[in-house]
Amino acid sequence: MGIYSCIGQDLDTVRDSLMKGKSGIIADPLREELGFRSFLTGSLPEPNLNNVLDRRKRLCMSQEAAYAYLATSWAMEQAKIDSDFLAKNEVGILYGNDSSALAVIEGVDILREKKNTTLIGSGSVFQSMNSSVTMNLSVIFKLKGINLTIAGACASGSHAIGMGFMMIQSGLQDCIVCGGAQEVNPYAVGSFDGLSAFSMRNSSPTEASRPFDADRDGLVPSGGAATLILESYESAVRRGAPIFAEIKSYGFSSNGDHISVPNVDGPKRSILMAINNSDVTLDQIRYVNAHATSTPVGDFNEAMAISEVFGDHRPFVGSTKSMTGHEMWMAGASEVIYSIIMMQNSFIAPTINFEKPDEASAKLNINNKCERLPFDICLSNSFGFGGTNSTLIIKKL
Amino acid sequence: MIEPELIEKINRVLAEEFEVDPAIIKPDAMLMDTLDLDSLDLVDMVVLIEHNFGFTVKAKDFAEIKTFMDFYQFINSRMDGSK
Repeated sequence: MGIYSCIGQDLDTVRDSLMKGKSGIIADPLREELGFRSFLTGSLPEPNLNNVLDRRKRLCMSQEAAYAYLATSWAMEQAKIDSDFLAKNEVGILYGNDSSALAVIEGVDILREKKNTTLIGSGSVFQSMNSSVTMNLSVIFKLKGINLTIAGACASGSHAIGMGFMMIQSGLQDCIVCGGAQEVNPYAVGSFDGLSAFSMRNSSPTEASRPFDADRDGLVPSGGAATLILESYESAVRRGAPIFAEIKSYGFSSNGDHISVPNVDGPKRSILMAINNSDVTLDQIRYVNAHATSTPVGDFNEAMAISEVFGDHRPFVGSTKSMTGHEMWMAGASEVIYSIIMMQNSFIAPTINFEKPDEASAKLNINNKCERLPFDICLSNSFGFGGTNSTLIIKKL
Repeated sequence: MIEPELIEKINRVLAEEFEVDPAIIKPDAMLMDTLDLDSLDLVDMVVLIEHNFGFTVKAKDFAEIKTFMDFYQFINSRMDGSK
């Protein structure tokens, strides 16, 4: 596992942030200057790859590809995957990404000013495509297996893991780099801000993302990249790789409904599909990492879906987005990493800022302080615009 | 006549853009091989010239350029032409 997020750029720091309930959210002066309603964002440093990758490779990488490169390098190092293994095996990549707005806008700005397409430069096209992450990483790491970007809105990262799980389960691949990446810049989310979907708590950034809380007023955009190396058990054991967790199942559904307003039925079917396709029982799932982004309708409907599925079982339910903000295309992958870290270290991270439940979240067991609890099975939800839903069940090994 | 200052500037911007040791840039050396350029890099050469020397060329204009001296003369002639 490797992660580049606003609550840490290494697994130990992320673990500490999750335990302490540390927020990675700030108010960005540039967004205020640009006329945003919400100035809030996850804050993370720009990667400096000057002495890491050659000019051509750097030139072709978008912001989110740079995040993903670092997360993937660390994941490969931890998984003991080296260039020799990559040369001798058909390792694939399935990565969630659904925009590369910064590169597109910078290119168009040059075109409008200069009226000459060549002056946009040679790297722009490779930065601008949604497949920016997979095209760059497959070249840099010389990957020879499946090479595909999964664009499933805010469920992209989760679907990427689900698709990787299915490809390995079917025997088509033995090892796949899976994950999700999300650019962090105002241009990527300007139109989203215009929908009044973001929190307006500009003067209190760390209190703005408050999933399931009755006084929530919208999400906080964020991003980075998260990579998990998915591998068949046999392959991982054969080469002595450290094994942290098992994907037990993948559920998915489409709401077939509104483009932006989520419902209860779609997420519920996704959760039930994951549970029904596994050998896991409801009482074995001790923690649900909810999609809950801190929007009024989304959190309400997810709370209803979770409570309708789990009934009296009442697992701990939490949203790490209370600390990270909404990592969007990355979220489905990063939240699996957050959940595995919790299982490895026997705790349930707090849903910070959850102070007062609403009618739906009152039905759930939501902790706003870190809970010490050994557990080994969790469920992670990710939902996106267009009503795309993904659910993963993960077991610690 | 090419001013030494122009040659120095060309060498500097090429070394910075294409990340090579300035010492390997010599008038008789082959431009493409020395800088390890491919067709994508020629696009960036167009950008580099526009940014640093203030005129716009096309990638096909580089067809006759073999050595750094050819490149110096190309830049010099275009700059003279724009005066």
